[in-house]
Amino acid sequence: MSVRAQDLVEQALAAATLPCVAWVTERTEANLRWANNALTTNGEMRSRRLVVTAIAEVEGGTAAGTVAQEIATAAEVGSVVVAAEQLARTGRPAEDAAPMVENYAHNDVWEDRPETTSIEVLEKLAKGLGVAFERAEAVGHLLFGFAEHSVETTYLGSSSGLRRRGVQPTGRLELNAKTVDLAASAWLGRATRDFLDVDVAEAAEELSTRLGWAATKVDLPPGRYETLLPPAAMADLMIYAYWTANARDAEEGRNVFSAGEGATKIGQRFSALPITLRSDPLYPGLETIPFVNFTSSLDDTSWAFDGGLPINATTWIDRGVLHELIRNRGHAARTGAQATPPVDNLIMDGGGTASSQEMISRTKRGLLVTSLWYIREVDPERLLLTGLTRDGVYLIENGEVVGAVNNFRFNESPIELLGRISEIGVAELTLCREWNDYFNRTIMPTVRVPDFNMSTVSQAS
Amino acid sequence: MSQLDDSFIALPLQALSDAALSKAKDLGCRHAEVRVERLRLAYRSFRDHALETSADSQVLGLSVRVVHNGVWGFAADIALSADTAAQLAERAVATAKVSRPLTPASVELAEEEVYADATWVSAYDVDPFEVDEATKTGRVLGLNEALLAGPGVNHANASLGYVHENKYFANLAGTSTTQQRVRIQVQLTAVNVGDHGFATMRTLAPPTGRGWEYLTGTGWDFDAEVAEIPELLAAQVAAPSVEAGRYDLVIHPSNLFLTIHESIGHATELDRALGYEAAYAGTSFATFDQLGKLQYGSDIMNVTGDRLVDHGLATIGYDDEGVAQQQFDVISGGILVGYQLNRQMAAEKGFGRSNGCAFADSPGHIAMQRMPNVSLQPAADGPTTEELISDVDRGIYIVGDKSWSIDMQRYNFQFTGQRFFKIENGRLAGQLKDVAYQATTTDFWRSMAAVGNPETYVLGGAFNCGKGQPGQIAPVSHGCPSALFRSVNVLNTQAEGGQS
Repeated sequence: MSVRAQDLVEQALAAATLPCVAWVTERTEANLRWANNALTTNGEMRSRRLVVTAIAEVEGGTAAGTVAQEIATAAEVGSVVVAAEQLARTGRPAEDAAPMVENYAHNDVWEDRPETTSIEVLEKLAKGLGVAFERAEAVGHLLFGFAEHSVETTYLGSSSGLRRRGVQPTGRLELNAKTVDLAASAWLGRATRDFLDVDVAEAAEELSTRLGWAATKVDLPPGRYETLLPPAAMADLMIYAYWTANARDAEEGRNVFSAGEGATKIGQRFSALPITLRSDPLYPGLETIPFVNFTSSLDDTSWAFDGGLPINATTWIDRGVLHELIRNRGHAARTGAQATPPVDNLIMDGGGTASSQEMISRTKRGLLVTSLWYIREVDPERLLLTGLTRDGVYLIENGEVVGAVNNFRFNESPIELLGRISEIGVAELTLCREWNDYFNRTIMPTVRVPDFNMSTVSQAS
Repeated sequence: MSQLDDSFIALPLQALSDAALSKAKDLGCRHAEVRVERLRLAYRSFRDHALETSADSQVLGLSVRVVHNGVWGFAADIALSADTAAQLAERAVATAKVSRPLTPASVELAEEEVYADATWVSAYDVDPFEVDEATKTGRVLGLNEALLAGPGVNHANASLGYVHENKYFANLAGTSTTQQRVRIQVQLTAVNVGDHGFATMRTLAPPTGRGWEYLTGTGWDFDAEVAEIPELLAAQVAAPSVEAGRYDLVIHPSNLFLTIHESIGHATELDRALGYEAAYAGTSFATFDQLGKLQYGSDIMNVTGDRLVDHGLATIGYDDEGVAQQQFDVISGGILVGYQLNRQMAAEKGFGRSNGCAFADSPGHIAMQRMPNVSLQPAADGPTTEELISDVDRGIYIVGDKSWSIDMQRYNFQFTGQRFFKIENGRLAGQLKDVAYQATTTDFWRSMAAVGNPETYVLGGAFNCGKGQPGQIAPVSHGCPSALFRSVNVLNTQAEGGQS
């Protein structure tokens, strides 16, 4: 890759005959995967992707066309620009059209080289895992899991003169331990930026402790239980709510945040507790690229006209009250509101100071649910979600874990849950279980729900 | 029949292969394979009268996978040069060396015949990428506007996605294959907003291994389907809420395909049964020791896996390990008789040969065991859907898929649908709403009392089935007839969640 990414962006902008935004993302990635105390797959990947969004005036309005392509040589740039412009010119007017983002001041250093990773980042982890495999084998446990480190460097330029550079390192470790008969299972995840802070031995030890809790099995029927949801489980639920927080859908009466007749629930109280849900691209330890380098978001908002837009810290729920929803500039202009691009991190804090262990110790009888799985929307009107408990449901009696409980299917709405949380613990860095392929920068508390709805028993272990 | 794309076969495929494989051989690799892949993807979305998203993308790259000293190694890049190909062989060996402490047993692969210079192209007529943009957006937007014009429809959304996929594969044994597939998906959703809140209904048209002809009358009648949705949606809005309890269910293929996918397709992946997916996608209740013994369902249950049915989304001539397409039995007479395999698992468990279920979703990802088309067979002289309904005193007829969830061992599932019709004394008696059915996999399939005849059979499917880490998506089809299930647990979703 002898041609610099910055030069590819400049080449694309120079080739453009229409207003356009172009960005190149260089990505390197390394991973290890293991099962039954042995490696299953591994890899090291490198890619360089050019994205061009062209804007064209067409009959009745303004259209956008986006073309993305892996680029190996500078010779490929021109055809991507031509294709994007063709798509824009033959497109139809967009309702979300907005003027190109103007140049603005920032502190990025355009000329800096891309940052990278390689399989060697995982070398220490691999050695630690080798030791952990031997220890697990010796006590009749099996280890499963995945470790991945990726680094993306994005160079974004626009025909309005904007030039931005952002670096996004992302790492995750998922470790799952089972007894050799597969009857007991425990999971934990770690989010990391560089793997320097990951201690495999400590993680394996924690899972071994949890498998010890499962020496006593308790069968419980479906029903409503006082339940402690630790940070990983809360992250999965709140991320789903975040992905639903589309302002236009709410105004059109099409999601849980609608108040009917064109109104949203902004200003409505969701919780009597001072729960705040916010995102901040500059949050220490959770830093994310602070400008729009995507054309759509998971809440289904289009960002085709917003390339390069600064992403600011946003409070979604402020001390229990819905404060903001996601909207692009086009919709913001139509509705007299401000654009609120989604941020690739999520922080929930209720001011609690209790650790999970302290919350366990003051539980008379309840469940500790370590992770949730296969979460899907049942009723979008209430954001009723179904899903399963997974890899560790424990019974707490008189302040102590007394055994492992069967798994359950739950049906719950995270929005309704906010109103039923009776205690909130200290917020801490966590890795969600189900959505960590897409979202792994979260800080969440453990929460206590007095009546979590376990709809049926799952035989899975 | 369509031809291989000239611009793909013009790539230096042979030179890349030679450079990577010779380097791997020089480095002492016992097995090595190279894959060059180009994926062209397009996505358009529409909201009411407007085009909202218009995005095309292309992935083109090269990967090398080796077995070095009994350990897997993999590396991928996007530069299609002989130098890069040779470097990838070196990097794949490097990943194998880093992974050595984690590999207690040497990797072995099942034997497969050599297929030199083989080619294969899927069954489609018109490559959507060759159709002009105005025609494509005009057609789908026209359907969306027709839906929006229907009584009681306040909003309408539509999406159009299509893929053109080329794969080149070569290995040290001498196999080299060049292949091409096209697939398409169109979905339209009507939204009703009123005092009751909001309700939606989506088209049933499945994604398919066809080209643009799918939108012009081959394989589906979109105009007819769009025309009937407003009335069906209005009836659903006005429908009574279901009373929770046990019901006989007649399930249309547009819903049952997804139940098959989740409770049979994933449960009979051998990598899951062996624990390779235990930390992520999960394992399977259908453990290997139950092969040939497990009473999966009733004795009328016959399920096959294949990679060869026309227009199947998993259909392909050769898999991503160079194994030729096959059909095989998964469940026969209700008994579990087969698993989905790749070459490593086929060797490990003594099957002799892989049944061709290796797939990678892009050049940068490792081929792993992925689902073939897994299909429930109809009964040659079985009943019609109407006859199935006539055999029910108190039940529900379920059409279309919507929400789905199943546990990590594929025991406990919960599905909803697009439409639910009450069955009373063998006749449909209007729609119901707030329905979800919940069951344990083997209880459900053992309760299957009848399967429909071949006239009721529909090839459904999914564009983006997820599995693996790093995450990969795979297209897969599932054919099935209408079928009757006795005494299945039905929930009222309005009664779920909320305050106790």
